[in-house]
Amino acid sequence: MSMVQINNVRKAYQDGFEALKGASLEIHEGEILALLGPNGAGKTTLISTICGITQPTSGKITVGGHDVVSDYRGARSLVGLVPQEINLEPFERVMNTVRFSRGLFGKPKDDALLERILRQLSLWDKRDNRIMELSGGMKRRVLIAKALAHEPRVLFLDEPTAGVDVELRRDMWKIVAGLKEAGVTIILTTHYIEEAEAIADRIGVINKGEILLVEEKTALMTRLGQKELRIELQDPVETLPAVLAARGLRIEEDGQVLVYCYDTAQDRTGIATLVRKVSDAGLVLRDLQTRQNSLEDIFVGLVSKQEDAA
Amino acid sequence: MNWQAIRAIYVFEMSRFFRTLLQSFVSPVISTSLYFVVFGAAIGSRIDQVEGVSYGAFIVPGLIMLSVMTQAISNASFGIYFPKFIGTIYELLSAPINFLEIVLGYVGAAATKALFIGIVILGTSALFVDLSIQHPLAMLSFLVLTCVSFALFGFIIGIWAGNFEQLQLIPLLVVTPLVFLGGSFYSISMLPPVWQTISFFNPVVYLVSGFRWSFFGLADVPIGLSLLAIGGFTLLCLAIIWLIFKTGWRIRA
Repeated sequence: MSMVQINNVRKAYQDGFEALKGASLEIHEGEILALLGPNGAGKTTLISTICGITQPTSGKITVGGHDVVSDYRGARSLVGLVPQEINLEPFERVMNTVRFSRGLFGKPKDDALLERILRQLSLWDKRDNRIMELSGGMKRRVLIAKALAHEPRVLFLDEPTAGVDVELRRDMWKIVAGLKEAGVTIILTTHYIEEAEAIADRIGVINKGEILLVEEKTALMTRLGQKELRIELQDPVETLPAVLAARGLRIEEDGQVLVYCYDTAQDRTGIATLVRKVSDAGLVLRDLQTRQNSLEDIFVGLVSKQEDAA
Repeated sequence: MNWQAIRAIYVFEMSRFFRTLLQSFVSPVISTSLYFVVFGAAIGSRIDQVEGVSYGAFIVPGLIMLSVMTQAISNASFGIYFPKFIGTIYELLSAPINFLEIVLGYVGAAATKALFIGIVILGTSALFVDLSIQHPLAMLSFLVLTCVSFALFGFIIGIWAGNFEQLQLIPLLVVTPLVFLGGSFYSISMLPPVWQTISFFNPVVYLVSGFRWSFFGLADVPIGLSLLAIGGFTLLCLAIIWLIFKTGWRIRA
């Protein structure tokens, strides 16, 4: 079932800059969608437009069937937002600021629920601390607690692990996984490919205000996934035998290694024949290695393709 | 109406006030006392009476107005400017609330603080001079209306301001002179005719005059005109705020 529907959304700022150029996207209930894109791709603008921080210039967005402009109360009460910047009042106490968030979204006081949220985020011991006394990682957790305080059905995390150390990043991933289990739909933006690869169900790639593709992570990786076979030779070769050059092999590391790229999605990868031909050419194999293309390679490929087209 | 949200904003804002209770409470008491020492005791001993009221008592309504106006403006402008400055405004913009609810929360809290300070000053004044209030109900209404309308005005300043300097600019350059020249410490009739005419273009004159009437039954301008002025000012501020939220000016990119 679709939770968020984005139809042909454009956003032009007053200076004429078009941050979104007709973006369309459907987000399913209960999934984790990672929006991947370089800096300035339009990730934050897209999120801000869904959450009501900016108004779309044209197009239509619904959350849980509620239009974000005409039925903003219905839409916004379903949405929690964790912003990219650590925007918190330094002098406030943790519990107070979380309580404020819940009230702001029109929910009656429920300190038992807030206690559960704070415990889940390891913030309960800090509930009476002032925000300014907390570490950067703790502040980020407070932002998440604030976003969760009104029991949203959809949670937007805008670069939740930007500038966060490895340990905290893993923590954050665990938290996200826990939320997904609780049935929350999660949209996170990131420019860490590793992050999208680790936790997302589906991946959307956005660049220059356009959504280039949205696909299941595994399908995407197989579809675009290229594999590389590296053949290490006993003795280096100077030139490639013609029969091997014809199959698209190339020489690397001063003739010590032959590299062959192939598509895993194809029925016949041609590896068996290739290996035979290598021995037929009188070359002695020392080692074989295959390497799967990472999401990063796919991503860089997509973005540069768009740049070439422009 | 999202009453929970209004309550949340109001409580949150008031907690800031109570956190700095010493500053909120003690500073108006001290400054009022200083005004009484300077104007009441030192200068007042030479003025004696203004239109049959002792000078010390005569300045009380103006003194309250002076503090209430500046406090309402500074509380409301800071209240909405601060979230803008530190970025927490994202939460207000993404919450299921409309402009009226935001205004009720912020302006309600700012007006409450100003009212509280007004009452504290009134109490402090009673320690220095004999006070009589001829029309208590009118006095209270005037006080509340002034708190609300100037908190609305402060809210507009807070949204307009792009930095802390601008936040201080209007109160300092416009409001303080208008209040000082608005008959807080004198009766307009004490001025030369030219300045009397000029004074009637100062909106604060109508407020101070109306407020003073509720104490002593004497006024520089008819009480109806005073009511009209404060009512008109409130409506004007409300209209501007409505327009700001409708267009998203300085709030929504």
